[in-house]
Amino acid sequence: MSEQVQNVMSVRNLSKVFKSGVFKPKYTVAVQDVSFDIKPGTIISLIGESGSGKTTIGKLILKLIKPSSGKIYYKGKDIEEIRNKDELKEYYKKVQGIFQDPFATFNPLYRVDRIFDMIYDSFGYDKSNKEERIHQVLQDVNLVPERTLGKFPHQLSGGQLQRLLIARALLMDVDVLIADELISMLDASTRIGVLNLLVELTEKKGMSVIFITHDLNLGYYISDESLIMYKGRLVESGDTKKIYESPVHPYTKMLFNSVPEIGKRWDPEEEFLPEQVIKDVEEFYKENAGKGFAAAGENHYVLYSID
Amino acid sequence: MAKEFWKKHENLYYAITNKKVIFGLTIFILVILLAIFGPMLTPYEYDEYAGAPYSPPSRQHLFGTNIMGQDVFTMTVYGLRTTLIVGLIAGTIATIIGCVVGFLAGYYGGSWFDEILMSLTNIFVVIPQLALLIILSAFLEVRGIMVMSIIVSATAWPWLARAVRAQTLSLRNQDYVNLSRISSLKVPRILREDIASNMFSYIFMSYILQFNGTMLATVQLEFLGLGPTKGISLGLVMQNAVNWNAIQLGMWWWGIIPGLILTVMITALYFVNTGLDAAFNPRLREM
Ligand SMILES: Nc1ncnc2c1ncn2[C@@H]1O[C@H](COP(=O)(O)OP(=O)(O)OP(=O)(O)O)[C@@H](O)[C@H]1O
Ligand SMILES: [Mg+2]
Repeated sequence: MSEQVQNVMSVRNLSKVFKSGVFKPKYTVAVQDVSFDIKPGTIISLIGESGSGKTTIGKLILKLIKPSSGKIYYKGKDIEEIRNKDELKEYYKKVQGIFQDPFATFNPLYRVDRIFDMIYDSFGYDKSNKEERIHQVLQDVNLVPERTLGKFPHQLSGGQLQRLLIARALLMDVDVLIADELISMLDASTRIGVLNLLVELTEKKGMSVIFITHDLNLGYYISDESLIMYKGRLVESGDTKKIYESPVHPYTKMLFNSVPEIGKRWDPEEEFLPEQVIKDVEEFYKENAGKGFAAAGENHYVLYSID
Repeated sequence: MAKEFWKKHENLYYAITNKKVIFGLTIFILVILLAIFGPMLTPYEYDEYAGAPYSPPSRQHLFGTNIMGQDVFTMTVYGLRTTLIVGLIAGTIATIIGCVVGFLAGYYGGSWFDEILMSLTNIFVVIPQLALLIILSAFLEVRGIMVMSIIVSATAWPWLARAVRAQTLSLRNQDYVNLSRISSLKVPRILREDIASNMFSYIFMSYILQFNGTMLATVQLEFLGLGPTKGISLGLVMQNAVNWNAIQLGMWWWGIIPGLILTVMITALYFVNTGLDAAFNPRLREM
């Protein structure tokens, strides 16, 4: 338990099964038995293919959906016990997210300024320097306030909307930021700026970032630790350098092998087929039966088997 | 002061300055005025012998007279009144039922409650509308305006319920609702600003469509001889005209004028509908 207090966020055996339909229900296992910790002031990247459950983990942490089983602790406190309005407000003051699709994150009927107004209304920030502060954070993300404020969402580009959401998060003094495909819509130069901003915030203010991405290079560039997801399970986690330099799980190995390299031609012979990966993973689990989720080295964990 | 007001009620401003809305609404209001004041302007009763039969439109008989010498203008304005009232009542009932069922089903989407509501709705959807109307009408021997309205609205609500359910379901899972939630916005404000306001224009327009739809359904029923057993309505006027072969006998004014008024009014409402769509949706506003 003391270990959990030290971490700003601890996830234990988290699972989420989506159920749709009543008469003939269909079940989707989105997240299965995932455990990890987030230390203060670190960036942890959450990597996995489309549909592997990354966004679902983010939404579970943000209490937007309920877990099917498992626990999430924020500074040692089970977040399921946060129920009343005031406690929830305190939680959201400190745990925030930036969603994957910037177009869907803005109510089309309101001007974009609403995202700032909402947090000022809810969290009781000092309004006397509101405009100044908003202009400041907009400049931080390379936006011209006069050209963005007062606009409707459809009048701005995806990248601009995404930066507005980043600015919103910057306005708040958060402990944990869940950044879902954060910079996917930004051009190279803005990307670097935003990434450096994040790194600066983690260093200066001790903010932790869960950086969801499927860009491996980006994950390597930015994160202290990494989580590799495969079909809803966490298959490898720990120190970024260790995972990238000596991956153990067959899925992780495949992932690093399939990164295109400059100067190397695409060779269909080398292409990993999904069926091949499934087979390799199955075999790996069989060979290591009984080991479960275990350490492969210091701060390096691997899912050896699923029994 | 005025500027502040319009800033707050931007949608209203865009709505009442939209050309299509102005055009459609003007015509619609003229038709309403005709229904309200028409009966006062005419010296005749709708069922009395008012003048020489077969008369084409003239100063005494604006829309001419029919084969029995009844004044077509008088019949039309009285009929318009009934048809409008039935459309209004039936449209309102259908919209309310459709919205309540749809919203509840969508809000509790995926639950038993949702499943039951939707099964019920689907039963109503697959029943052929006209067949149900004919059967119901045949059983009820005395039919007044209210009964007519209920009969018509019984088959008009299901499509709206399904559409509203789909809307609620998708709005509930929108990321902007999630953003409001992690911004600790109060629930009533989320319901109002994120859910209801995104549905308002849709419901408002559905209401117009329901009004049109139920009016047409009413006229259809009347035309088949299943209309109100007493009184007059636009459908009855047209039915009579057809029964008496008005067009073949050269009395175009008997059947065509009432139909034309109905067509013009429904078209006007479609203009209002598309105009409002543009006004409520910032994306469609003409810059
Ligand atoms: N509300 C929902 N209802 C039913 N199934 C869902 C729901 N949300 C997600 N899923 C399913 O859960 C699985 C994981 O989805 P999730 O969005 O977490 O993936 P992801 O890793 O974020 O993918 P991507 O990289 O494409 O964003 C998918 O199979 C998805 O279809
Ligand atoms: Mg995702």
